[in-house]
Amino acid sequence: MNFTKTIMTTASAALISSAAFAGGHMSMEMTIVSWGGAYSASQLKAYHEPYSAKTGVTILNDDSSSTAVAQLRAMNEANNITWDVVDVEAAPAMQLCDEGLALEIDPDTMLAPAPDGTPASEDFGDMLVSECFIPQIVYSTTFGYRTDLVGDTPPDNVCAVFDTKTYPGKRSLFSVPINQMEWALLCDGVAKSDIYDVLATEEGQDRALAKLDTIKDDVIWVSSGSDTPQLLADGEVIMGATYNGRLFSLIEEQKQPVAMIWDGQVMDLDGWIIPAGLSPERQARALDYVMFATDTQRLADQAKYISYGPARASSAPLVGKHADLGIDMAPHMPTAPENLSRAFLMNYDFWADYRDDLDAKFQAWLAK
Amino acid sequence: MAKDSQAEAFVRFNRVQKSYDGETLVVKDLNLEIPKGEFLTMLGPSGSGKTTCLMMLAGFETATHGDIMLNGVSINNIPPHKRGIGMVFQNYALFPHMTVAENLSFPLEVRKLEKSVREEKVARALDMVEMGGFKGRRPAQLSGGQQQRIALARALVFEPELVLMDEPLGALDKQLREKMQFEITALAHRLGITVVYVTHDQTEALTMSDRVAVFNDGRIQQLATPDQLYEEPENSFVAQFIGENNTLNGVVKELKSGIATVKLDSGDIIDCKPVNVSEVGERTQVSIRPERVELNKSKLPKKAHTLTAEVLEFIYMGDTFRTRLKVAGNEDFIVKTRNSSNQVRLTPGENVEIGWSPECCRALDA
Amino acid sequence: MVNSSPNSILLSADGTPLKKSLSRSLRQQKIRALLLISPLLIFILVAFIMPIVSMLSRSVENDLVSQTLPATVSAIQSWDALSGELPDELVYKAFAQDIQNAAKAKVHTKVALRLNYEKSGIASLFKKTARKAKKWDIETDGPFKEKLIKVHKGWGEVEVWQTIKTHSPRYTSGYFLNAVDMRKTVEGADFQPEDKTILIKLFQRTLIMSLIITFSCILLGYPVAWLLANLPMRQANLLMILVLLPFWTSLLVRTSAWKVMLQQQGVINDILVQLSLVSDDARLIMINNEIGTIVAMTHILLPFMILPMYSVMQTIPPSYLRAAKSLGATNWTAFWRVYFPQSIPGIGAGSILVFILAIGYYITPEIVGGTKGVFISNRIAYHILKSLNWGLAAALGTILLVAVLILYWTYDKIVGIDNVKLGG
Repeated sequence: MNFTKTIMTTASAALISSAAFAGGHMSMEMTIVSWGGAYSASQLKAYHEPYSAKTGVTILNDDSSSTAVAQLRAMNEANNITWDVVDVEAAPAMQLCDEGLALEIDPDTMLAPAPDGTPASEDFGDMLVSECFIPQIVYSTTFGYRTDLVGDTPPDNVCAVFDTKTYPGKRSLFSVPINQMEWALLCDGVAKSDIYDVLATEEGQDRALAKLDTIKDDVIWVSSGSDTPQLLADGEVIMGATYNGRLFSLIEEQKQPVAMIWDGQVMDLDGWIIPAGLSPERQARALDYVMFATDTQRLADQAKYISYGPARASSAPLVGKHADLGIDMAPHMPTAPENLSRAFLMNYDFWADYRDDLDAKFQAWLAK
Repeated sequence: MAKDSQAEAFVRFNRVQKSYDGETLVVKDLNLEIPKGEFLTMLGPSGSGKTTCLMMLAGFETATHGDIMLNGVSINNIPPHKRGIGMVFQNYALFPHMTVAENLSFPLEVRKLEKSVREEKVARALDMVEMGGFKGRRPAQLSGGQQQRIALARALVFEPELVLMDEPLGALDKQLREKMQFEITALAHRLGITVVYVTHDQTEALTMSDRVAVFNDGRIQQLATPDQLYEEPENSFVAQFIGENNTLNGVVKELKSGIATVKLDSGDIIDCKPVNVSEVGERTQVSIRPERVELNKSKLPKKAHTLTAEVLEFIYMGDTFRTRLKVAGNEDFIVKTRNSSNQVRLTPGENVEIGWSPECCRALDA
Repeated sequence: MVNSSPNSILLSADGTPLKKSLSRSLRQQKIRALLLISPLLIFILVAFIMPIVSMLSRSVENDLVSQTLPATVSAIQSWDALSGELPDELVYKAFAQDIQNAAKAKVHTKVALRLNYEKSGIASLFKKTARKAKKWDIETDGPFKEKLIKVHKGWGEVEVWQTIKTHSPRYTSGYFLNAVDMRKTVEGADFQPEDKTILIKLFQRTLIMSLIITFSCILLGYPVAWLLANLPMRQANLLMILVLLPFWTSLLVRTSAWKVMLQQQGVINDILVQLSLVSDDARLIMINNEIGTIVAMTHILLPFMILPMYSVMQTIPPSYLRAAKSLGATNWTAFWRVYFPQSIPGIGAGSILVFILAIGYYITPEIVGGTKGVFISNRIAYHILKSLNWGLAAALGTILLVAVLILYWTYDKIVGIDNVKLGG
């Protein structure tokens, strides 16, 4: 630590003397928390590298997003917040905001407007699901299947998962109630618009579990987004649920005999929050980063590396080709109109209320 | 070899060789016969092969070549637990998790004796070593001497005809060791068992054994009774290994009527008994026991050669005097004399004439 | 001192009482010794004792409700929760005041989350109410009973008020009850509905599978430890490296390697199919269930069994076995009656280590356990990291800790803890 500090001071001293007070320098280091893997890599290319090049700030990566809420809570209790910007999904962001653990954001003053001058609040629109949430991408949880293992009629409907007659073989699902219970009701004949009302009742919950019961023995239950791509690649399952970006990389980058179902996929958002209680200096730097990283061009740039849709309306036309594969990325976005048509929107408020209860029921059901 | 002598031998090593690495022999061509009831000691420095021989007899090592016979039967392929040989180990090897009685009962249990028989035998064995009151103790609660007795009792409780002992007294203090030496021999003779005893302590070997086999370099150097071994060592290794010994080096000048005349390297001439020198001109190491050196000229036979010696040191030892002399260039020449009323006490710096009778001075291999 | 006469006190050379000068001379030594161990002491205090104490206290602490809703908690005490009727206006008014204060201080969601563990729906009920309540004037805007029920019909449910009352005390047994599949209700402790009982089952599974893992480790580790202790130095060193090798690879890598080995299209199944021992359409399921967890965890914990066994076996002289054989015992009897009893302290130490490590494991069961092979620790991790129900996690952790202590105590009673050796 001391060693790095010494080096840093020497280096910055040298910089200052040569750059001769080029302008208001902000502190040189910040910690950004994200999910790791290909997703963090896309952020590195699209946001971190250009930001560091522009400002000279060193960005430290911490792959802790999956436990961000718990950790931010603990940091808050210990009064020692070590993170500057945190990448989280919409639901945790809302929870952090409600608990006062995340900074409230005024989109129009704190985020960049679109190139045509549209204010950020309009450009992001419905994506601004919480006062603290700075949307970044839209992703969906959907099904991929092995083209060589599903017979002559490839599935194009999410309910193929429940159809073990036509598609015999193992399928993988996440071992949590979120998404799985919605799909169960959807395929049991409940209309999309009624699903959460049904799921709020005991009968509805039992109905969802009863539907899942019909395929319980054919399911490999997984806990991480990397499990299903692996299981598909090994031929352990014939179809399985995971994030669309993971499936894209399995299909296009690894050239596995896998295809995706754009039906009943659950749309969710991912974005930034800034922890509440940072020092003014760190907070200013975090805001500066966020304003840079969520402008129209930067969000469009990220789609060059991973198939998640930019959360700004103005970014969509700018989505180009994959940086390495050279294929057009627009049709692979969850936000592409033809993909969006049969999507399913998650109800965050429902899950905030029912997650603990349904999780207990779901786990009890799994263990039976 | 005569047929009846073969039948007589209870234990017989026949041309036994042992090598661990296939390159060097630890035991080289061992031949040994032990009659029933004998107390035989294998004596030698460490690495001489004596323990290996014992382990081969016990069955824990296999002979690379040759036969080991017990009661006329080859036991090469009999596993140790079927040999029925009692053994006392260096550190007793009493089972720490069993009581004294359980330790003794162990060999009887594995022989499937009935409980009442076992108890009786255990009691008898404990009485034999005067440890009757220690049945319920654990080995850790016993002193070294007591453990030693229990180990002995355990090796004897199943009434083996042959008992092997691997330096059993090594861990005891001197006084206890002497007491146990006596007890073990007495017990062995009373029970009429055959004992093969391994030690590197020559006093122990001499005081306990019927016969001693001196080992060195994988061979038996001499197999003899203790007195023969001490008084008539057959080679210079045995002479030096057993007891205290003065050596002088020289060349045989003359061999005549059982007397070898040796010209020492210093130029002095002495008379000796030729033991393993056979021709004139051969180099020899002459060996004389310290107590056989005579300071009183009048007690020497006539015509006996004498040497002039310088007294370097005089040590009073109570019953004896030790005098260190410089004799024919050897500064470690020791003379041991009895503390009798008319014995002379020499003072350092003094010169004396010393001599010995030729039969006490043995001309051995160089 | 029995005798207080000054003559009976022993004095040192300079006339001070001997005891005093002795304690003075020892004090310096004690202080020095204390200074030497102080870094460790402080470390243990900060990194071990304090978290445990904090965990124990979190499992019963419940001051969130009474701190956030002080007026409501005191007003609701006079309400008969079993009457079946809603509380009166006083309680509603007190609540309106409380929720307004909480909303302004942004602490309403914490208490909402806390109460939502007990009754689903309270989270959104509180959030919605708090948004509205910010604009109220408590003195003039009454009556609040109708007003609150208008905001959300939940305020007209007796159950909501029952939940608030039941969970208002500063200390609660609720987390512990939840941890054993029970719950705190107005009428006292009650069992959870059957479709939510999972934790007792997980506790049982954790204990049983940890025992199986410990036992497999003994079976597999004993021969290895024996070889280590009895092979010549060079081979033993090589074997030791093989034993320690897993320590040098990442836990995740090892666990994932087991996936490749055990899955249905994996190495073992492929071999079995090629040898025609199983048919291609009946490949064995060895992962994402109990078998996967047992196999992977046995492998991971094996060194913890082997090392203590080895260090104990090393101290057993080979002469014991020889003695037993010379006394007439067969190889097996010599081993079973003489060698094995002396190696028990090593087995004991290894078993305690492996068992305690096993019941606290969660990464490996998470990856290879599927749903049938997960442990109670996976639930604890879930409650700490995902549901943020730290009180329940603390209660589960406390129960696990107590279970370990009880087992340790039982072990001490049966085998004796001085019979546990980590080395000579």
